[in-house]
Amino acid sequence: MPAVMTPGAPPISGDTVYVQPKKRGRVAYWLLLPGMLWLFIFFVIPLFSLFVTSLQEPLGATPSAGYGPGFRFANYTDALTTYTPEFIRSFVYAGLATVLCLVISFPLAYFIAFKAGRWRNILLVLVVAPFFCSFLIRTYAWKTILADDGFITSFFNALNVLPDDRILATPIAVVFGLTYNFLPFMVLPLYASLERIDPRLIEAAADLYAKPWTGLRKVTVPLAMPGIVAGTLLTFIPSAGDFINSALLGSPRTRMVGNVIESQFSRDAYPTAAALSFSLMAVILVFVFVYIRRAGTEELV
Amino acid sequence: MAKKSVSTGNVEDLHLVQLVKEYGQSRAVDDLSLTIPAGSFFALLGPSGCGKTTTLRMVAGLEDPTSGRVLVGDEDVTMKRPYERPVNTVFQNYALFPHLNIEDNVAFGLKRRKEKDIGPKVADMLELVELTPMARRKPSQLSGGQQQRVAVARALINRPDVLLLDEPLGALDLKLRRQMQIELKRIQVEVGTTFVHVTHDQEEAMTMADTVAVMNQGRIEQMGSPEEIYELPRTAFVANFLGQSNLVSAKVVDRDGDRIVVDAHGSRWAMPTGRSVQTEGSVILGVRPEKLRVERAGGGTRSDGNVNAVNGIITDVSFVGVSTQYMVITEWGQELIAFEQNMASGDRLRTGDDVSLSWEVQHCFGLSGDDSVDAGVGGEILGVGLRPGHGASANATGE
Repeated sequence: MPAVMTPGAPPISGDTVYVQPKKRGRVAYWLLLPGMLWLFIFFVIPLFSLFVTSLQEPLGATPSAGYGPGFRFANYTDALTTYTPEFIRSFVYAGLATVLCLVISFPLAYFIAFKAGRWRNILLVLVVAPFFCSFLIRTYAWKTILADDGFITSFFNALNVLPDDRILATPIAVVFGLTYNFLPFMVLPLYASLERIDPRLIEAAADLYAKPWTGLRKVTVPLAMPGIVAGTLLTFIPSAGDFINSALLGSPRTRMVGNVIESQFSRDAYPTAAALSFSLMAVILVFVFVYIRRAGTEELV
Repeated sequence: MAKKSVSTGNVEDLHLVQLVKEYGQSRAVDDLSLTIPAGSFFALLGPSGCGKTTTLRMVAGLEDPTSGRVLVGDEDVTMKRPYERPVNTVFQNYALFPHLNIEDNVAFGLKRRKEKDIGPKVADMLELVELTPMARRKPSQLSGGQQQRVAVARALINRPDVLLLDEPLGALDLKLRRQMQIELKRIQVEVGTTFVHVTHDQEEAMTMADTVAVMNQGRIEQMGSPEEIYELPRTAFVANFLGQSNLVSAKVVDRDGDRIVVDAHGSRWAMPTGRSVQTEGSVILGVRPEKLRVERAGGGTRSDGNVNAVNGIITDVSFVGVSTQYMVITEWGQELIAFEQNMASGDRLRTGDDVSLSWEVQHCFGLSGDDSVDAGVGGEILGVGLRPGHGASANATGE
């Protein structure tokens, strides 16, 4: 689906990159070739085509009249001014979902890495288990579960804690959906980096007068930083461009930029959709760049 | 040994009282009671799995004892968390924080205790371990020996009452290990802190420690100064684990003043009563290989009141530089080992030669006849890397 286009995520790996001594022969380039070809045909060309589309000029008053080649940079300013709320909403929802994912995943990944013992593999399988069922179907399922007459909504209504007396079609449902759907992408990289921490380092921190909480803050979290960065990126980037959760669990008042792009494309307003896609990509790239700089884990990229 | 207390506060004795640690059915540490005097360099020596590391971890608070108590001075720390104890550890493989530079690693403990003047203290400590130029480096940029010194500095800077060292030299190569043994000893003398050193390397224990406790199966077999334990082992395990020994099963047949006379496979040997654990019934007579004299049969010494002797045939000669190691098979088929200094010139003994082995009565030690002659064989052999020919000793407990 072209509307949910997100930039190619940077190559993420929890491992430190070891630079090999200069021994690269021609073989390395041959091995790279298929990947480069793939990237060129399915990323560079479409990206270029998207950019060209984003600058097209309308041939008539309505989108149905079609578009011709041009250099209409106003497409960008028009799209961005018109859809500013959706843009902001996307980043707010994605940010909230990322924070929630981190808060839920860290203790879970910590438990799996250090305390689970022989249950470790079973727990990991359980984390990945939702992937055995389609993303779309699971989100539809939540639509039913969170429905106004469902037991969850009734329960919270009985406690009288819901601002709109409902969950479905509110920002709560959308952020929840994003959190739910992208949780494994946070848990797995976090687990991978926590699991690599030598437990003796945590013992050493305790031996050197660090209370458990201080040890966590000064030793465990810094050492898990590559996993935290990878996990937040893997959650934030797709969340920001997502439209399924808002479409199924939200309402017109929770529209995200992905929803706008999707509807613009389906209404044949290609330049606007392309301009929005391109802007989203640019903002995310800037965000990722700044974030990685701030997090100080250059080894990640 | 003269100790000047440079930078320690109050140094306290460490007491372990009836310490027990059980993992499921097995007892890793079995009713261990021990007092380690303040300011001493104490080595816990034993093969892997003897419970020495578990003991250390219970002192550090990283492991909870099943029963028993740990006291530092008069203070019972058994129930205290690791960060509440006046004890610091140098971990096996060092456990340096990879994300912090050397300075921050060393300062870690002081920062947690919110001490003042951390900067100068860290600088002094880096000076002590001769790592001042490395202050800004990350642990991964240091060599093994340097990392080891950082680990010592990081623990010592907190002025613990007791410094625990868990196989601190295990990851270093032989030459560096010798160097670090001297270095650690120097640091200990300089700061005067109690060091408790866990190791499976008997040479390391003997070189460095004032007091060595030999541990086996969760218990302390024998404790004392290195000389004491080496010259007068009280169990076959200690005799074999700490250096090498020739152990021969024998029966006490007579008493002669302060001597007992034993019959070993037909040979009558004497041994000082005071040097034998047991003075009746079956015993094991032991003698260290360097105490044996190897001479050509015929011209050799005979057993009399002061010397014990036995005849045999040389089965193996190994030249190891400072000494030559002979394997000699006796009439009853046991191989004895003898080290001779390379003093003599000319007539050299060869495999197949008939020889007589002799040693002074005062060098004998007697062990309980219930011990196994092979107990503890497999520990590292002193100095030389060679081992006696019989198969039982082929499996070294490397860690």
